[in-house]
Amino acid sequence: MKQVPDATAAKRLDPATGRIDRSGEGALNPTDLNAVEEALRLKDAHEGEVVLISLGPEKAMESLRKALAMGADRAVLVADAAAAGSDLLATSTILAAALAREEADLILFGQQSSDGDGAMLWAAVAERLERPVVSQVAELTIEGGTLRGKRQTEFGYDVIQAPLPAIIAVSDAINDPRYPSLKGIMGAKSKPQETISLAEVGVDAGRAGVTGSRTVVRATAPPPEKSGQVKLEDDGTAAEQLVAYLVERKLV
Amino acid sequence: MGKTLVLLEHDAGVLTRAGLGVLARARALGLDAAGVVLGSDVAGVAAQAGSGTVYVVDDPVLAPPLPQPRVDALEAVVRDSGAENVLFAASVLTADVAAGLAARLDAGLNWDLADLAVDGGEVVGKRPALGDTVLVDVGWTSTPRLALFRSGSFDAEDVSGAPDVVPVVAGFRAFSTKSVLVERLQEAASGPSIEDANVIVAGGRGLGAPEAFGLCEELATELGGAVAATRAVVDAGWYPYSTQVGQTGKNVAPKLYVALGISGAIQHKVGMQGSQTIVAINKDPNAPIFDFADFGIVGDLHQIAPKLTELLRARKA
Repeated sequence: MKQVPDATAAKRLDPATGRIDRSGEGALNPTDLNAVEEALRLKDAHEGEVVLISLGPEKAMESLRKALAMGADRAVLVADAAAAGSDLLATSTILAAALAREEADLILFGQQSSDGDGAMLWAAVAERLERPVVSQVAELTIEGGTLRGKRQTEFGYDVIQAPLPAIIAVSDAINDPRYPSLKGIMGAKSKPQETISLAEVGVDAGRAGVTGSRTVVRATAPPPEKSGQVKLEDDGTAAEQLVAYLVERKLV
Repeated sequence: MGKTLVLLEHDAGVLTRAGLGVLARARALGLDAAGVVLGSDVAGVAAQAGSGTVYVVDDPVLAPPLPQPRVDALEAVVRDSGAENVLFAASVLTADVAAGLAARLDAGLNWDLADLAVDGGEVVGKRPALGDTVLVDVGWTSTPRLALFRSGSFDAEDVSGAPDVVPVVAGFRAFSTKSVLVERLQEAASGPSIEDANVIVAGGRGLGAPEAFGLCEELATELGGAVAATRAVVDAGWYPYSTQVGQTGKNVAPKLYVALGISGAIQHKVGMQGSQTIVAINKDPNAPIFDFADFGIVGDLHQIAPKLTELLRARKA
């Protein structure tokens, strides 16, 4: 689970670092809520504990509390100045270390991070933890230590089976996340909330943050301006005008 | 600059145009680029890559389209070839392969790239970000450099000739082969998939009813394109998820994108703004799509779309 700037708020890049400015109020990645919901449903069916793991600034704990209010049992946040600016590779190192501490049977990710930074983390984490991974899961069942996930691809649906412990990434088609009850919201504050450092998860600072990353942002620029835009109100000839436009540009 | 590998994905025995497009682009940039085909019994698939080197790992373990054995196979190809760049056309499968390989090789992975440039011996990725309001130049601090490209970023050239096939033998890790494909349900596909289409006709809530997707389909048939949909109408069950463009769906960049009854919310825009020409028909003159459409028509799509189809049909006849 990762804190992302609220999807509805205008985003900007920090001109100094070229990375997304995260100084604003954070919100949970919407698909992470689907992952929390699925974990809670599995807990209802099979018992167990739902632990939230996140990497981010210390204030990210406020966002995790929203998922605690949904019913998760406790939250672990890795917050360390040395982790700032971690790319996918460095982030996967840190998350894998934090997840290894929990020895979970199932690790769930939300399929898509709305700011793009969390995309595909599950596959990198699975590689580091040497566990099977199934992504884009739209339906999940678990029976006798084996999971069965139905995933959506460009070519149709694949049904994939994997033994636990395993990692999955859920798509938002999998469920509708519940709203926290008033009781859940009141109780969230008193649930265990642990903020830990890189040292505590056993990751050397050199493998985190900018030093641990293998990608860099070199420059940012506005995209090329659109020119020659046409906008017209249909007076009965719009279709003809559009065909002429397409012909002129050799698009038909 | 070293060798460049391009993973060529295939489905039902056919290489995707997206993968071939990345290969063509890499060669156009002057990179020493070879294709990579992973699968079981894929000699015929590799032959579709045209002239040039194609590394092939042919193993029954690679029969199902699962990512983890492909990380093992690609690692072997990177090792044997000494490649410095590994490029992928993004898909559900290749994204997981790329991220797994990044962790395996401790390699940098840049994704959602729209293009690549070679600048004074330096490889630079071009990544539109924040709803395509910013173009970010990204780089790598080590090799191999891994890069995932948005679908539809490049045209696949028609290939000719026979490839120079280099077989590679891979070993597979125990955890890589724990997932098993139990069942494959193909969606009844009509026409090209939206990733491979040069033309996309997309429908949104402004269609008014699921039946109105017929207008999109008829127009797409005349334009030789595929039909796509917005999140809202996919959620409403009007059209299949595999056609969803935008956040939580696919990113596409066809030559022509015709948006019917689509307002152009940021969640949709991020998935299609890379299209070369965007045409929008919407009855709301204030719809945000008109801010970035190349040709916008304020009007009733139920009148205009059938007329457009008819005019195009008449033109052909």
